[in-house]
Amino acid sequence: MAALAFVEIDEGKVKKSSLEAVSYAHAVAGEVTAIVFGNVSDIEEIGKAGASKVLNVTDEKLATANIMAYSSAIAEAMNQEGSDLLVLAKSSLGDPVSARVSIKVDAALASNVADLPDTSSGYTVKKSIYTGKAFANTDLSGDKKIIIIKKNAIAIKEDGGAAEVVEFSPTINDADFTVTTTKVEKAEGDILLPEADLVVSGGRGLKGPENWGLIEDLAKTLGAATGCSKPVSDMDWRPHHEHVGQTGIKVSPSLYIAVGISGAIQHLAGVNSSKYILVINKDPEAPFFKAADYGVVGDAFDVLPKLTEAVKKAQG
Amino acid sequence: MKILVCITHVPDTTSRIAFTEGDTKFDKNGVQFIIGPYDDYALARAVELKEQSGGSITVLNVGEADTEPTIRKALAIGADDAIRINAFPTDGLFVAKQIAAVAKDGGYDLILMGRESIDFNGGQVHGMVGELLGIPSVSPVMTLDLEGSNAKISREIEGGKEYMELPLPFVAGCQEPIAEWKIPNMRGIMSARTKPLEVMDPTGDAPKTTVSKFELPPAKGEVKLIDPDNMDELVDLLKNDAKII
Ligand SMILES: Cc1cc2nc3c(=O)[nH]c(=O)nc-3n(C[C@H](O)[C@H](O)[C@H](O)COP(=O)(O)OP(=O)(O)OC[C@H]3O[C@@H](n4cnc5c(N)ncnc54)[C@H](O)[C@@H]3O)c2cc1C
Ligand SMILES: Cc1cc2nc3c(=O)[nH]c(=O)nc-3n(C[C@H](O)[C@H](O)[C@H](O)COP(=O)(O)OP(=O)(O)OC[C@H]3O[C@@H](n4cnc5c(N)ncnc54)[C@H](O)[C@@H]3O)c2cc1C
Repeated sequence: MAALAFVEIDEGKVKKSSLEAVSYAHAVAGEVTAIVFGNVSDIEEIGKAGASKVLNVTDEKLATANIMAYSSAIAEAMNQEGSDLLVLAKSSLGDPVSARVSIKVDAALASNVADLPDTSSGYTVKKSIYTGKAFANTDLSGDKKIIIIKKNAIAIKEDGGAAEVVEFSPTINDADFTVTTTKVEKAEGDILLPEADLVVSGGRGLKGPENWGLIEDLAKTLGAATGCSKPVSDMDWRPHHEHVGQTGIKVSPSLYIAVGISGAIQHLAGVNSSKYILVINKDPEAPFFKAADYGVVGDAFDVLPKLTEAVKKAQG
Repeated sequence: MKILVCITHVPDTTSRIAFTEGDTKFDKNGVQFIIGPYDDYALARAVELKEQSGGSITVLNVGEADTEPTIRKALAIGADDAIRINAFPTDGLFVAKQIAAVAKDGGYDLILMGRESIDFNGGQVHGMVGELLGIPSVSPVMTLDLEGSNAKISREIEGGKEYMELPLPFVAGCQEPIAEWKIPNMRGIMSARTKPLEVMDPTGDAPKTTVSKFELPPAKGEVKLIDPDNMDELVDLLKNDAKII
């Protein structure tokens, strides 16, 4: 197969989840071309993860993310490169873009793919469904395929070399520019929650936004992103993009630390693909302990500072 | 203003997920089905927009006859009429082709969906429908306001929000806080019984994906409890046992 990997950047740097997509493509297809929009400061990472060629789109008109124009450009790149496989990471941009590409190039599409495919007879993927509560082994038919991988499901291999970087200037269709982005609001310098390897999350047990310093101290010490439960974002203690669960962000970090969160089934739906879960709750009967690997029964206001200290001590 | 709202018929968020027939079928036993929570936001926003500027709301579901109670609930919440495409929704592409076939000549100003279904979690149908109809698609949409034949929306991105302006018609995948979920009142429930629900045959399009087998994740082991006064032990476990920090 010939694969194209759609690589996204954040603050000028390649997203880790996109490198997972490149590594998936490399494992499946061998030869991988990547497409990336904008100026990238660490473009060499794409080669290391397994791409041999990088199509870099630097057209000013495509500098801000544009769902329709990006999908046209990616479909054009697939046709130019003869790609029969498009691989990307699940994201707020990747989802709508790849949906449109699937129609343009007439491809079978599978989302939330949690592992490398079984290609012994056809192309079978393991998809995460029911918000992480089950998997569906799914057969894809047809000549072209689009695979959207779940975050932290595929290991980044760093066995690639230096990729050849080529400028790519896709056709600009005016019809793709009817949507105007007027403003982008983004927390800068923060670790993005869906990308994070470690997450510290707080619930109603924290009592109020003024106590979030305790969550942030632990997160900063660990290099973790911060998350919260739905009531916490509903009450505006924290921004909506930190809301984890069934109706919020689904995370799959190595470690999810839940503090003062009861563990309602809708919250668990967003965290059940975490490798390890640590629960800190003063109620030993809190349902979250049933989903946890490690637990501390105690008051968050007492446990959090002690845990932060212990981590600092271990870091030396 | 003509609004089309596409709804899924999905297991309640508290459902125990299980499979039957050699792990090839979803076990509906004891499961309560609801309007997808994100689709419910889309419907609630449609009702608000209709209250502001008039018009009509059609709900659409691709599903077999057992989805009709869910469709009636959407009528009770405030949709005017409904269409059910009589087919098992085998994959996102198949569903998108059905929706696009209805929308093509329907003259809808706005097509509202949920950001994703809560059973298959694809998050793709809105984009596919947008492309099939040659109109913009935006998702996940957090606010949506109309100004004549244009709309102002905000869309969630990782770590923030994007604000956009675009002309009607378009397709939007909705999520909170676009509107508050609406609970049907008695009058709504009564009138829903007699609102029109048209059943249509599917197009001949075939799906491109087929589920061969379902699997459940392995069960979690026992939790290991650590004394709150022994955080060094916890850090040691995370570092040397789990090797994650
Ligand atoms: C359709 C639907 C979708 C939903 N989607 C989501 C979703 O996406 N995400 C989500 O989170 N919720 C979601 N919910 C809500 C969910 O059901 C719960 O209500 C919510 O998760 C509870 O949040 P919480 O754990 O912070 O609060 P609570 O349930 O109030 O729990 C607070 C916890 O803090 C503990 N606590 C209190 N004080 C302390 C202390 N000093 N130290 C330590 N622990 C303490 C308590 O023992 C308790 O366990 C959804 C609900 C529905 C119906
Ligand atoms: C018992 C049962 C078993 C199912 N088995 C399968 C299966 O094996 N494989 C499979 O792919 N699907 C199956 N489905 C269908 C599934 O519910 C979806 O309709 C379909 O798969 C599209 O899912 P998605 O996650 O790609 O949609 P998404 O792209 O996540 O959906 C986005 C939005 O599109 C709209 N939409 C999606 N589906 C429909 C629909 N059917 N009617 C109207 N609007 C819709 C909604 O507004 C939704 O919020 C099953 C459904 C049921 C009830």
